[in-house]
Parts: sequence; structure tokens; C-alpha cells
Amino acid sequence: MVFEILDENNLCSYYSYDQNPGINQKSVVAKNKYEFLDDEDVKKQLLDFTDSKISTVTFFIPDMHCASCIWLLENLIRLNPSIQNSRVNFLSKKLSVSFLTQEISLRKIVELLTAIGYEPLISFDDLEKKDLTDSNRKLYYKIGIAGFSFGNIMLLSFPEYLSIDTSSEILKQTFAFVILLLSLPVFFYCSWDYFESAYNGIKQKFINIDVPLAIGILALFGRSLYEIVMGYGPGYMDSFAGLIFFLLLGKIFQQKTFDILNFDRNYKSYFPISVTIIKGKEEKVIALSKLKIGDRIVLRNGELIPADSILFNGNGSIDYSFVTGESAQVEKMPGEMLFAGGRQIGSKIEIEVLKEVSQSYLTQLWNNFSFDKRNEGGITLFANNVSKYFTVVILLIAAVSFFYWLPQNIDTATTVFIAVLIVACPCALALSTPFTMGNSLRIFSKNNFFVKNIGVIEKIAKLNTIVFDKTGTITFPSRSDVEFVGDSLTDSEMERIITLMKNSSHPLSKKISEFFGFNSEIKIENFKEIASLGISGEVDGLRIKAGSPKFLSDDLIGDKLETDSVGHSSSKVYISINKEVRGFFKIKNVYRVGIKEMIRLLSKNFDLHILSGDNSSEKNNLMEIFPGSSNLLFNQSPFDKLEFIRKLKANGKKVLMVGDGLNDAGALSESNVGISIAEDITSFTPASDAILKASELNRFADFIDFSKKSLKIIYYSFGISVVYHIVGLGAAVQGLLSPLFAAILMPLSSITVVVFTTVSTTLIAKRKGFL
Amino acid sequence: MSVIIILILFSILIAGGFLIAFLWAVKSGQMDDKYTPSVRILFDNDEETKINKENNNSNKNVSK
Repeated sequence: MVFEILDENNLCSYYSYDQNPGINQKSVVAKNKYEFLDDEDVKKQLLDFTDSKISTVTFFIPDMHCASCIWLLENLIRLNPSIQNSRVNFLSKKLSVSFLTQEISLRKIVELLTAIGYEPLISFDDLEKKDLTDSNRKLYYKIGIAGFSFGNIMLLSFPEYLSIDTSSEILKQTFAFVILLLSLPVFFYCSWDYFESAYNGIKQKFINIDVPLAIGILALFGRSLYEIVMGYGPGYMDSFAGLIFFLLLGKIFQQKTFDILNFDRNYKSYFPISVTIIKGKEEKVIALSKLKIGDRIVLRNGELIPADSILFNGNGSIDYSFVTGESAQVEKMPGEMLFAGGRQIGSKIEIEVLKEVSQSYLTQLWNNFSFDKRNEGGITLFANNVSKYFTVVILLIAAVSFFYWLPQNIDTATTVFIAVLIVACPCALALSTPFTMGNSLRIFSKNNFFVKNIGVIEKIAKLNTIVFDKTGTITFPSRSDVEFVGDSLTDSEMERIITLMKNSSHPLSKKISEFFGFNSEIKIENFKEIASLGISGEVDGLRIKAGSPKFLSDDLIGDKLETDSVGHSSSKVYISINKEVRGFFKIKNVYRVGIKEMIRLLSKNFDLHILSGDNSSEKNNLMEIFPGSSNLLFNQSPFDKLEFIRKLKANGKKVLMVGDGLNDAGALSESNVGISIAEDITSFTPASDAILKASELNRFADFIDFSKKSLKIIYYSFGISVVYHIVGLGAAVQGLLSPLFAAILMPLSSITVVVFTTVSTTLIAKRKGFL
Repeated sequence: MSVIIILILFSILIAGGFLIAFLWAVKSGQMDDKYTPSVRILFDNDEETKINKENNNSNKNVSK
């Protein structure tokens, strides 16, 4: 189908650009899925720009993956001439389209994209746009200016470095004046963030790394300004500009952002952007934000319940796996309560909204609990802790040397005081963290472990407890191992059973039919599906029934139905053929590759626990994998999980939560570090500190170990910078700190730290096989 | 010696020109996407490919 569209428009070279273009086509979408895009309010929020002639819009297209995709998406104009222009940003997977407002609607464009296999992802979250590019550009501006000034000041300081006799007073004055001019933008523009951050820190009675940094910068600039104005020479402006340049460089190094990932998703991203409501007898699509209590919504197969409501009409069969992690459907009768987050499977239902979207059970997970943890992100813990003592010690040394020199000469005393502050500027310390952690971040992301920011790596290094979710985290979410227990079935019998299963939308039937995967065209007669009991039908003369023991009780032959515990039976499907019970299908989770080994490695250093929303049918298997001291808890609600994490934390544990679903969202945010597991990293993941691609889970122990080593590297480089500080301070307190000495010492210490951190992280990563 | 002052002013002027060029590049969004342009430049225009193909064909014909 895609080929036809392309061929018609002479776009077949699509297939020649990359090895394997094309993507799996998603199941055909409902006809009116994008009806809400005709709504004026939704349009207004989505469009970047619009007037009577031209509109522009930006889509996020998760399926974009190769050069051919770029080519095709940038040639949309040939598919529909009303599209004026389309531009791709591949790294952030964004497509911006400008089109003729009169000739084509937003909905048509989205449907066109969907038809060629690039369905844009439009979520509730998108409607509240935030732009990061501005802050990114600002950093580039600053680096450009600082680099320019740094280079030119160095050039103008050369005569002084080489002690060339500049007896010409005019020349000396001009040089100093030009240097001053060059350093002004560095001081007032490039270094402003540090003053601001230091000021904010002091205001909150918290000495962060920027406080000593700001003191140092201020002393450096102030002293040099004084020297230039007094006509003594250019002062330390070269060191000053150089330091700012290095610091900004460190900033850009640590600021590796993953455009395509979103670590701060809240429930809004999961919810549909619009709902169909019934007013009188008309069906109308409205934006979710306009949904009011008392509205009546129509839900079709596969649609999500957006707010707590009452089932009004129809047979509810709700899949809450999204919320609880357990893959079982719950049957609901009209008049029963439905919680937001459930998914309707089967026929159409009508529900009446009871609570607002933001007040529903699921969304309370986000609203009730403080999400302060998110705010502290980005602050590097170690550097901040050290800077407290650092600042005090430096001020003390400066004061002591000031008073030591005071009896001799107030001028010398002031000079020494300032010199101590200049040397003490902890740039090496401030650089070690961004460069080490920035490099680690890069190395991790190459190995499909995406960490939100550098502070998280530091936190990972200090953990001592790990809590795993079961389904989807340490097991495969969709794959299961199915085994038939009982009388052996012939191939033709099996084929008929699977054919019957294929007609059911129950998760267990789906798992069984997917596992065996017959593809036959046998006709089924008298197909019946009885909710929460089972299915029956006649396939090619065989009367087959499949379902729970209760469903088969007519055909019961005692010994084949060993109904052990209730929990266990839920992952068994009993089969009878022609009124004779033949046995049951046993459905087991499939554990991810390498889990056992990983758990063995981790159990040496960590307390391990399992929290599962599922029933306890896997308990015995898990007990083999996990050490005896672990807690294995089943049937845990999202709130139970959160409570468990909270208790661990109250006992002074540093907790890492590893989970995958929305049911873990509370626990992920409550834990010290929350890591979400994703099969496909562009798919939705709950808010977390890091996203790990599922296939890399077996290397998890290595990742943690590497984080610890990174932290150690920071400690070592801190040691290096202390050595430099002692040398510098030694000179400073004796009043021997010349501008030349400073110009060599300060960049040297910065460069040593930068080289040491990057080289050592890279070496360790190579040894671990990360690079 | 005062000639050196003029030289320095010129050198800073030139360097400043490059700085402005850099700032302009950032402002116009060239730093926002550092990957896609590298791919985009490799795409052929279809018209050209057609002509090339025809050329190839005619060449083959000649050689026959």
C-alpha cells in the first residue's frame, strides 16, 4: 500500500537510499481517530504559526529511523501539492511542515503521514510546549564570545609572557585598554550565570559550588580591573577569560540532552488528547482538557478511560494492565465504577465521568506525592558538599594571611588577600564533575542506557538497595512460554484449538495463539465467548471449550483438573474437546537473557527485592534466581509499591527502583533513582531518572560499577586540584603571585583535570567493553 | 611602533568578523541540528537521476 502511494508520485528512490527502509505498518487506525484535529482549540495549540494563507506545524515522529525516512518526509510536497515545505530534524525526530491553510487541513496531513507509516505522536503533553533550543543557543553564544575574548587577550598578553621590554608607555596602555574592552563582555555576559546561581544559593542559605567560583571570578576580575585602571599592566585578564571559557566548555560537555527521550512524562502523556462525548444524540469529539464531570463518553475497543467514571451502557471488559501490571481483564456491569487508566477491550461502551481528569485515582499518583526529587536534578552532590568546607577554609586562609601582612603594609596585605582568593577559585573542582560525568553519560548512552543528567550517575554510585518490578522488567512483557500439560494432542487438534483462540481478544488466548502461531482458515461455528470464564466453539466438527475450570465443569473429569491455589489457576487455560477434558495450557513468564547472572553479581553488594503487580504463580522460579534475603512481594498495587520504597528509605536505604509501567510510576519517583525499562526507547516510559533499553538489562551490574568508578575519578581529580591549590596558595600567601604565574598555573590545573578525567573514564569504559 | 596598534586593531576587527559570523550561524539555527544536513546533502534530485539514466542507456546503445 505504501509502495503504491510512492510509486504513483514517482518517489520510488525511497527504496534506494538505505539498506532496509520501511517500517512495520501499524494496524489500520480507526477512521475518526484524528477527528479531534478539526477542533479549533486543538488546532490552535498544535500549530506553530497560522494565518489565512500558510500554517506551520511540528510533529514528533517516533518511527523515523533512517536516511530514507528523511528523504521521504522531506518530499511530502510531492505527495500532496498543498504542502509547501517539510523539514526533518532527525536527532530529535521532529518534522515541521508548512502548508496552505485553505487547501489542506491538519487532520489530512496527519492522516497522510499515518498512511505512509509515519504516524506522528500527538499527546496531551505536546499541547503545553516548551522550547529548549533557546537556552542551548545562549550557551553557544557565550562560548563563542568567551573563546574570542580569551584568544585575543592571550595574544595581547604575549609581550608580557615573554617579558619583552615594553618601555613605550602608550603601547602598554593601549594593550591594557583593549584587553579591558575584550574582557567586559566575558564578565557581564558569559559569567553572569555563575553570579546568579551563587546569589540564589546564598539566598537559600546553601553554599553551592558556584559560591567559591563567583568569589574567585570576582577577585580575579576586580584585581585586574584595578591594575589596568591604575596603569600597572593588564593584570590577570587572560586567566580570567580562560577560566570562563573552560567552565562554559564543561557546561556544554555535561549538557548532553536526549531530544527524543522524555524523562518527565506524567500521566498526561499516556492519556488520549481527545475523547468522544455524546450530547443529546450526537457524538462529538472534544479535547480532553474540556472534559467535565457528568459528560458521557463513548469508548471503543482499545481506548483508555481518561477519568474515573461509572459504566453507563454496554459490557465493560477493562484491561488494567496499564495501571496494575497484571494482564487480566476485569468484567464490569453497567452502574459499576471504572478507574481511569483502564482500557476497554471488546465492544463499545458508554461511561459517565465522575471526577475530573486530574482528580482521578491514577493521576493522584502524581498529585499526592511530592515530586521534589526532580527539582534537585543537575546539582552535583559531591562538588556542592565539598564547596561548603572549601569556601570556609579559603576565606580563613585569606583572612589569616591578610592579618599577617597587615602590620607591614596594607597594600601588600590586600594584594595577598586578593591573590589567595584568585588562586583558590575552584575551577578544577568545578570542571572535574562535568567532564567525568559528561563523558560517562555519553558512554552510557552509546550502550543504550540513557541517564537524565550527570547528578543521577553520582546518585547511582551511592545506592545500596535495588527493587525490581517483575512483569516487563525482568520478564519479557509480551513473550510467554506456553506449555501443554495433559494428554498429548494431535497436530490437527492443536491447530483447531489455536484457531478458536485466535477469535478471542482475551490476553491469555492471545498469548497462546501467538506462541503457537498456526495460520489456518478453518471455519468456526457457534463461537461463544463468556466473559471471565472462557470460549467455546465448533471447529471442523470438534467441540472445543477453553477456559477456567468452572467453565469446563460440565465436562469435568476429576484428576485432570488439579486446581491448586487460586492464584496459580489464573495462568492456566483448560481445554476440553468433545466434552472430554484433555489438560491445560500453562503460561509462564519468560525471563530476560542473563538475568540470573546479573542478579548473582548484584546480590554481592546490594539488597534486592521484587515488587510485582501480578499473582504469585512465579514465586518458585523467582526464589531460585534471587538470594534468600530478598523480599518477593506479589499482588502489589501502585500505592503498595510506593509505600514499600518509602519504608526502605525511612530505614536509611538508598533505593534504586527498576520498573517499566505506569504502575511503577509512583515507586520510580519515590526512589532515590528510578530507572525505567523500555523495549523501544522512543516509546512511552514513566517519569524516571534514566531509561534503559530492555536488551541491555543484563549489563546492569556493569553500569552501576562504572558509575562508582566515575565517582572515584572525581575524587582523584579533586586530589589533583588540591595539589595545584597548595602550590598556588603557597605563592599567594607569600605575596609572590605574579600575573604570569597565575596565567600558567590556572589553565594548567584546569587542563590537567580535564585530560585526566576524560582519559581515565574512556580507559575504564574500554576495559568494560562499553566502547 | 605605533603601527603595531593599527595592526592589532585590524586583527581584532577580523577576529570580530568571525565572531559575528559564528553568532549569526547559531542564531539562524545551524547549531540546532547537527545531523540531518549531513544526510540531506547526499540526496539526488530526481530530474538529474533520470538524465543520468538516459545518458547511461544511450552510452550503452552506442557501445553496442
